[in-house]
Amino acid sequence: MSRVSVPCHVKGTVALQVGDVRTSQGRPGVLVIDVTFPSVAPFELQEIMFKNYYTAFLTIRVRQHTSTHTPAKWVTCLRDYCLMPDPHSEEGAQEYVSLFKHQMLCDMAQVLELRLILRQPSPLWLSFTVEELQIFQQGPKSPSMTFPKWLSHPVPCEQPTPLLEGLPDPSRVSSEVQQMWALTEMIRASHTSTRIGRFDVDGCYDLNLLSYT
Amino acid sequence: MLQEESDLSLIIAQIVQKLKGSNLYAQLERQAWASLQRPEIKLESLKEDIKEFFKISGWEKKLQNAVYSELSVFPLPSHPAAPPEHLKEPLVYMRKAQGSWEKRILKSLNSMCTELSIPLARKRPVGEQKELLNKWNEMGTDEPDLSLFRPVYAPKDFLEVLINLRNPNYESGDSLSFRTHLGLIQVPLKVKDIPELKEFFVELGLTTGQLGIDDSTQVPPELFENEHVRIGQKVLTQQDSAAAQQYIRQGSPTALRAELWALILNISSHPEDILYYEQLKTNVIQHDLLVDSLIYKDVKLTASNDDYYFVFEDYLYQVLLCFSRDTSVLSHFAYNSASPPKSYIRGKLGLEEYAVFYPPNGVIPFHGFSMYVAPLCFLYHEPSKLYQIFREMYVRFFFRLHSISSHPSGIVSLCLLFETLLQTYLPQLFYHLREIGAQPLRISFKWMVRAFSGYLATDQLLLLWDRILGYNSLEILAVLAAAVFAFRAVNLMEVTSLAAAEAVLADLSTLKVSPGEGQIQLFAPDSVLVITF
Repeated sequence: MSRVSVPCHVKGTVALQVGDVRTSQGRPGVLVIDVTFPSVAPFELQEIMFKNYYTAFLTIRVRQHTSTHTPAKWVTCLRDYCLMPDPHSEEGAQEYVSLFKHQMLCDMAQVLELRLILRQPSPLWLSFTVEELQIFQQGPKSPSMTFPKWLSHPVPCEQPTPLLEGLPDPSRVSSEVQQMWALTEMIRASHTSTRIGRFDVDGCYDLNLLSYT
Repeated sequence: MLQEESDLSLIIAQIVQKLKGSNLYAQLERQAWASLQRPEIKLESLKEDIKEFFKISGWEKKLQNAVYSELSVFPLPSHPAAPPEHLKEPLVYMRKAQGSWEKRILKSLNSMCTELSIPLARKRPVGEQKELLNKWNEMGTDEPDLSLFRPVYAPKDFLEVLINLRNPNYESGDSLSFRTHLGLIQVPLKVKDIPELKEFFVELGLTTGQLGIDDSTQVPPELFENEHVRIGQKVLTQQDSAAAQQYIRQGSPTALRAELWALILNISSHPEDILYYEQLKTNVIQHDLLVDSLIYKDVKLTASNDDYYFVFEDYLYQVLLCFSRDTSVLSHFAYNSASPPKSYIRGKLGLEEYAVFYPPNGVIPFHGFSMYVAPLCFLYHEPSKLYQIFREMYVRFFFRLHSISSHPSGIVSLCLLFETLLQTYLPQLFYHLREIGAQPLRISFKWMVRAFSGYLATDQLLLLWDRILGYNSLEILAVLAAAVFAFRAVNLMEVTSLAAAEAVLADLSTLKVSPGEGQIQLFAPDSVLVITF
């Protein structure tokens, strides 16, 4: 899938806290991170990628450009997406995560701004956030490199449009293309992965001490 | 859904790449060429005909077994953005802890080298090579002076490291609160609770027949046993790894075990495997390593003193020395949180093209390491076969027992599972032992690190390892450890010191486990989970 990283500005996290942050005993369970795209025109969002750090649930709101007359609206595109199946234990706490367009609740065109709402109901963790945040949009199509996603993965609701009549069955095309892809993969990987099994260098394996680096 | 599909193609690509370099690939290709001579193979339907031929001739099954084996060993491909170390261990603090533990081991090895002024590795002079070759089959008769060598570490050193393991992002108040773990392990890993265990180990329930137990079902034991053996033979005729793995969950008949394990681990004795083993042997003859002395010392300290295993001393040397030279073991570091130690050829310090791993397989043996091999000697008498089985067992299971990771079969999770089980279902016992300064994990840790080898009677141990293979998981070790405590709970409630508690649990070899005496019942009153080995 060809995709291009969108330059973005990730603002500092804002904690939702009752009382004074410095004096209050409890830690906040909700954080908000705003992401803006100062140097980019409204774009179609393809993928959001990040490394989780102890966030249990993620909600994303998106501000989309509608028309020049009406002001841009905030829409919730992802609601309480679970990143840690058990918020009290480590599972998923430091995983890499990708969220794709098709997982969103709304259309992801004309994106102006994103708001990530992070929630961690467990009081066990000192802090939580998301790291290495990257936003991607669809890149220019280059048929020699890859084939569009709809070919390999026809989305059921998109299939039976009248326009496609007379064309080959997309699922068959898809499986054939997949086979071709597997074949090219195989050729690309044609260097064998077996090792020769030598551990010496030019017949020598005289060692004094182990290296710490 | 899109995600799953692309994951699947990733897995397929990964397995295809893995198998391409394999011997099986070459064999399949050769068979396909040869099949062209056959009358039933037609040019117009070449692909389908060859597929059919593979199916009939049993090659398809071999391919299936190879794919199945890849699937059970290698972790699923992770997120494309994740760096390789994330695959080794996703939690950063665990990786760091493993890193500093490794540093300690390196330092200890280096200081041993310096103190004894011996090199890590050297080429053997020709005379010495001949001598070793001549006594290859009786290395045990040699009594080198190893009094100056000491094991790099013992399980209890490792336990101290695990006890001190902390998540820096975890709230650990000074005072005892609901957050404090009462056990020794303080990291909040996810471990299975009883309902999850019951579901996972469903075949170990009371309603399923188990080999070695005669009062667990209504079916008369002879009937069950005969039927079980018959099915086992059928599984072997079919040569299906997956079926063998399912079958072995109920225990393996002694006569079929060697073959079943080999089938599950996808090990077969080809001439090239024997050749490979001979090559490793040559490497042992040519190079003298410091770890050899550690291996010698370990065998002398453990297996040679064991009533069951001392007869296998010579086998153990052969297998372990060859293992240390086997560079194919290095590939398991892709999914092991540990990393192989590095060194430089003498006089070439810092030059990357002279950097090598030490020992060649990257695994530094610790006190008790040879006990991973010893039980296998009962099953395999052909050294190259014994060797392959051990290597596969190591890269699938045993490495997890001495590396710090968050994997459900990793030793940290096993410790936590053990403590949680005990604490949840035998709270009084747990509290009592804790109060008298006999934290249960201090006693059970060594059992789990060695996968009970050297603690249980051999027949029982092999029945236990059947389940490890059958469930492709080491969690059963923690469950059994907890079950042992439950079994001796009455006596343990009366002890007043760690030493006394240790004495109660010193001899597990009589642990009954055999027909008639019943089974170890974990959480007996309401029989939540019954372990029936």
